[in-house]
Amino acid sequence: MKRIGVFICRCGTNIAASVDIDVVVKAAGEMPGVVYAGDYGYLCSETGQAMIREAIALQQLHGLVVAACSPHLHETTFRRTAASAGMNPYLAEMANIREHCSWVHRDKQEATAKAAALVRTTAARVAHSRELEAGEISVEPCALVIGGGIAGIQAALDIAEAGYQVDLVERMPSIGGRMAQLDKTFPTLDCSSCILTPRMVEAASHPAINLFTFCEVEKVEGFVGNFSVVLRKKARSVDPGKCTACGLCGEICPVKVKSEFEEGLGLRSAIYTPFPQAVPAIPVLDRASCLCFNGSACGLCLKACPAGALDFEQQDELLEQKYGAIVMATGFNLLNMEGFGELAYGRHLDIITSLQLERLLSPSGPTGGRILKPSSKQPPQSIVFVQCAGSRDKSHSARPYCSKICCMYSAKHALLFKEQYPEAWVYLFYTDICTPGKGLEELYLRVEEKYGVLYLRGRVSRVTPGGDMLLVEGIDTLSGHPVKIETDMVVLAPAITARSDAAEVARLLGISTDNHGFFTEAHPKLRPVETRLAGIFLAGACQGPGNIPETVIQAGAAAAKVIGLLSYDLLVGNPYVSFVNESLCSGCLDCKEVCPYGAIMEKTIEGKIHGKNVKRRVAEVNGILCQGCGSCTVACRPGALNLNGFSAEQLLAEVDAICL
Amino acid sequence: MPVNPRQHSFEPLIVAFCCNWCSYAGGDLAGADRLSYPAGVRIIRVPCCSRVSPNLILRAFQRGADGVVVAGCHPGDCHYDGGNYLARRRLTLLHRFLEFLGMEASRFTVCWISASEGERFAAVMTEITQKIWSLGPNRKLRDTR
Repeated sequence: MKRIGVFICRCGTNIAASVDIDVVVKAAGEMPGVVYAGDYGYLCSETGQAMIREAIALQQLHGLVVAACSPHLHETTFRRTAASAGMNPYLAEMANIREHCSWVHRDKQEATAKAAALVRTTAARVAHSRELEAGEISVEPCALVIGGGIAGIQAALDIAEAGYQVDLVERMPSIGGRMAQLDKTFPTLDCSSCILTPRMVEAASHPAINLFTFCEVEKVEGFVGNFSVVLRKKARSVDPGKCTACGLCGEICPVKVKSEFEEGLGLRSAIYTPFPQAVPAIPVLDRASCLCFNGSACGLCLKACPAGALDFEQQDELLEQKYGAIVMATGFNLLNMEGFGELAYGRHLDIITSLQLERLLSPSGPTGGRILKPSSKQPPQSIVFVQCAGSRDKSHSARPYCSKICCMYSAKHALLFKEQYPEAWVYLFYTDICTPGKGLEELYLRVEEKYGVLYLRGRVSRVTPGGDMLLVEGIDTLSGHPVKIETDMVVLAPAITARSDAAEVARLLGISTDNHGFFTEAHPKLRPVETRLAGIFLAGACQGPGNIPETVIQAGAAAAKVIGLLSYDLLVGNPYVSFVNESLCSGCLDCKEVCPYGAIMEKTIEGKIHGKNVKRRVAEVNGILCQGCGSCTVACRPGALNLNGFSAEQLLAEVDAICL
Repeated sequence: MPVNPRQHSFEPLIVAFCCNWCSYAGGDLAGADRLSYPAGVRIIRVPCCSRVSPNLILRAFQRGADGVVVAGCHPGDCHYDGGNYLARRRLTLLHRFLEFLGMEASRFTVCWISASEGERFAAVMTEITQKIWSLGPNRKLRDTR
């Protein structure tokens, strides 16, 4: 039997006013295992703690009950007291006789009886407490950033600036992401590539950043501090060591296909650099459209390359790397507008998405920055912007949420359009105008008041292509009148969605997504850039729609979290974790199913059954990943799993004692 | 002075398993706001309501508890992702099992109380005590020892 000491706090009169302290002390002295019981005015004071330390030494205590306020207030205090007197801190527990007793029960007799019961319960718990030590784990001082858009670039730069090695992985041939496709950015209308390109170059030339473009994550194993990741470097068919990025190969290539970067409005060759400012500037060969890889003889680029850099024999390369932390910065997609028949997207060339308009506005885009009707390459006389195309819409193929940035970029588009065509008519259908943020409301008002853009509050019911013109039908809910507009161009603001393979990527890493495929943060308010898996962080629109400054903020926050994590040589775990009694474990792994942290793995052990050596499967808990919820202990049928700090023995003893 | 007034009149003993993050803190808040509830309610702290094994609940009834409460975070708010959903499923089955044993299933309650709901904590505990009071003492599962 442990030698337990009970200390009862009067808390001035907070406890003593409704609990008869002497009765509780006397009762405590008679409880099983209790060798010392005493009281004091304020146990949390230095004198109170000294009294506890003295008693621990004098009475040779192996367990400590402090009956006082809520453990949420002073559990750490008294555990430190115990530790400073040489007792394992996890042998110290608190009985909450203030918040849960003296403050809520006015009848002194009842409150005294309850206080005694709570002390008895805690003493019973301490009798079954075990000495616990928190585990330690090494940390690989290197981070992986997945996604090379502005979020990934920012996170990589911030981490690298703090002195840690970063691998930045991007699946496209160049970093830059969505921001590289944009022309100007709201509300300041500064040129997107002017602010992005220097960051891209900085990331590529930073000594602590390794850039892996045209590269995908194949496999992720391990846990915080020790992730083991397999990267697939796709065959570029170009030797980056020899290539001088002269561009001759692309010029001579006879193949022309729609450019992904130009959102289908421009063409690219089979061997290409996606855009002029691409980083790296090394081209890639798209083997799916190259003649040589499709049975025809061509080889023009092979002959044209003065550096002899082309290598058609190149194979995908698999790299296994170790990381201490991972930042997800995989960005977003736009909802496919072809699923909305009434908007006629795809049935007429002059109905485009907002991202396509960005390309028409870009000086390096297919029209050199001039907005021309894609069908006839003629200047439009009028344009209709349609907001919330698939957002804030409960229908099956749409998204119920607000895509957050469309109000602002549409205002920007309307302004830029008016600057090119001051005489043209500009209509903008909206559901509500959302402009929270610095300078955003001002931009919107400027567009509406100074630029004479006609804002119509209502949704568009149908777009009908008719020869040269498009007929847009909708309703203006402010006047209550249906509206019909004949126009040259229609620009849709599609819902911002998660990447189409977000769920697959989430499974690869073991993180979770919400209903719409966006990665879920650990806590929406308090842990917005962490995932529930320790060591994996989120930045940018893969977590939900957001604008550029928000993305940069998130990336910086995620980087700060990574830097904090990598600054440890060893991580100290939480000692309240589950553990397995292997002799009882049947290997069913039901526990693995309920663990929200992927902390339970299987392992094979050798043991004797009926005198024979047998190999069998058992569960194993990773003490660093386990957060101590105890769900597995209930799922386990043979009772092989138990939770430190809230063990079955402790809880049963508490139930027995509380019911006495 | 008798330490156990329950010997004299029927004062229901309610064992409340409260999750550390929401309901236990809700109880703390009820205390800080001095919101009274019956003294027969006694709280056992658990990390999550998904830690509460049916064993513990049955043991409490065996040892003479007149009512048992499992209180967790509101659905969607679990500190550990979805522990309260697991608890909800498991403990729904336990309700059926208690009925099968011939016990009033209403002696056992699962509820969600957040850390900011001190008032709700006191109200729920009072309501449950009244319900158990009208059912009378638990005689069915109580040990005969």
